[in-house]
Amino acid sequence: MTATATPESPGDVDLGGEARARQADRGFRALVTLAGLTVLIVLGLILVTTSVRGWPAFRHEGLLGFVLGTRWAPNDAVFGTFPLLYGTLVTSLIAMIIAVPVSIGIALFITEVAHRNTRKYIVTVIDLLATVPSVVFGLVGVLVVVPAITPAYQWIADVVAPIPGLNAIFNETNTGRNYITASLILAIMAIPIITSIAREVFATVPETDKQAAYALGATRWEMVKGAILPHSFGGLVGASMLGLGRAMGETIAVALVIGGSVSMAANLFEPGNTMAALIAQQWGESSGLHTDALIAIGVELFAITVIINFLARLVVRRAEIKMKGAHS
Amino acid sequence: MKLNRRAIFGGITAGTLALGLAACGGGSDDENGSDGDLASGEINASGASFPDAFYAAAIEAYAEVNPDLIVSYNPTGSGTGKSEFGEGLNDFAGTDSLVKDEEVEPGTYQYLPTVAAPITVAYNLPEAGDLQFEQETLAAIFQGDITTWNDEAIAAANPEADLPDTAITLAVRSDGSGTTTNFSKFLDEATDTWTLGSGDTIEWPGNSIAGEKNTGVAQIIQDTEGSIGYIDLADATEVGLVTASVENAEGAFVAPTLEGATAALDGAELNDDLSYNPLNAAGAESYPITAPTYLIIHTEYEDAETAAGVKEFITFLLTDGQDLAADAHFAALPEGLRQQALDALNSTIAD
Repeated sequence: MTATATPESPGDVDLGGEARARQADRGFRALVTLAGLTVLIVLGLILVTTSVRGWPAFRHEGLLGFVLGTRWAPNDAVFGTFPLLYGTLVTSLIAMIIAVPVSIGIALFITEVAHRNTRKYIVTVIDLLATVPSVVFGLVGVLVVVPAITPAYQWIADVVAPIPGLNAIFNETNTGRNYITASLILAIMAIPIITSIAREVFATVPETDKQAAYALGATRWEMVKGAILPHSFGGLVGASMLGLGRAMGETIAVALVIGGSVSMAANLFEPGNTMAALIAQQWGESSGLHTDALIAIGVELFAITVIINFLARLVVRRAEIKMKGAHS
Repeated sequence: MKLNRRAIFGGITAGTLALGLAACGGGSDDENGSDGDLASGEINASGASFPDAFYAAAIEAYAEVNPDLIVSYNPTGSGTGKSEFGEGLNDFAGTDSLVKDEEVEPGTYQYLPTVAAPITVAYNLPEAGDLQFEQETLAAIFQGDITTWNDEAIAAANPEADLPDTAITLAVRSDGSGTTTNFSKFLDEATDTWTLGSGDTIEWPGNSIAGEKNTGVAQIIQDTEGSIGYIDLADATEVGLVTASVENAEGAFVAPTLEGATAALDGAELNDDLSYNPLNAAGAESYPITAPTYLIIHTEYEDAETAAGVKEFITFLLTDGQDLAADAHFAALPEGLRQQALDALNSTIAD
């Protein structure tokens, strides 16, 4: 690339090599451009085909009715998906509330606290966690977590019963198949993703920044707060967004543990359902408009994901401007 | 039932060998003659998951009879099976529900009943012992009108039982299902009070938990005290769930058994297209929630070899294959219905 203006002096051999290199460079450029375009094209085609196939359902209910309707009754041709949207957002939100702090903690532990030797073992284990198929998480959830955790839920419900507000969110239950269990499983699935990116982000913090903090008499925590976290904010939001994407789109693990009832309960110990899980559950026996409505849910999920990612980017940009202002 | 398959296998081998020999001997004297030869090739089918255990056992046994014809049945669910059938993606389809016009072109297919099975009402209430339910009570429970086990309506039919004040939790299907269709159709047809309609998905009341497939429902019933759900006999038996007796059309309480299901088939009225409705059928012995299942075949096949293969396999299913039904917890067809199904098969796919 640097050899663009070299005069054709030394010899034929070099020149041939250079020409070849230039040609290879052009080929490489075309190849990666194609790879980049493929993603866009595939994404675009998915959006177009699903929108076309889901269109009858949108038209039947009206866009607002489809998104905000609270009744999902395929047999009466009523397709309101608000309870599913609610389930998706609630479970993903709770999963993030659990997963983000834990992941940042793990990543800080790995980069700042853990001994060099233990570090690589922890990293291996976390990466292994990321490779476990989601159906395994789902089965562990439904066979192990659900029966074991039900008494804990009942205990929590009893304890918070006199506290207004909390007693509505954590109310009586006799089942472990609910929003909270689904959120726990999602959190565990999101942790390895967020952790490994957070780790990479922390590794990019300049050593000089950290040393400077120490030199000013900062404790380790003050160093983390003053040097590492501000520098990493954007990257951490990005990591969380990837984790959130996993949580919102997760299908089979959620389908197994959430209890599959299309209702909106404030009580997080009640069964609910999510968009992705419902598609998987009802696809097999659906026909006609019901099928179109399931595809339309896919379009809705796609749109929601895009909106949330867009908002996240906005947050990052604002925060970075603010922080950079404060630090310089 | 999967464990049983080996046993079935051993039992059937002798019989199928005999059949195979008879077929070879009877068909034509010349082993290489085209007339009497067994069909070969591949037959692909998909559809209802409800009768899958029976079809799987039959396919395994059939491989012994004629290893040259490879039959596969993919339990994708009735809906998918029917739409694949309509698009010509499979050679025949299994379905628990009747075909709608938009799924398959009317007049281009034929129903063939294969087996039937009781849908049990299973519950988890350890201290209560055996329970029985009136039809109206069952409807009230499943639409959320009755919410505790010590309700008067339940107690009235079970004077002996010690009913606690435990809350009732409904265990239902999260996926669209022929089992749900038949269960809700039974409540819809048998009672005047049922308000939730019928279909493969129902808007269940708030005290319900939904599980994936029959096994998922079985799991919920197993680990939720106070739960009650509907589930096929095979899975209920395998997991060892307690099942209730249900009031039938004549007012008798009948336990879910294969005999009860066969009695219901005898009492059911058969339509001209060979579809029939054994729900709440006549007869004192009939188990009221008995679900039928069908295969649908094309009236015309483009490929003669495929047609011959389909015919041969389904003939096996309706003759020797019927003996495999009981081990897989399905009720075989009564003699009359079985013969009608065979006649329909023979007239649809002529030799």
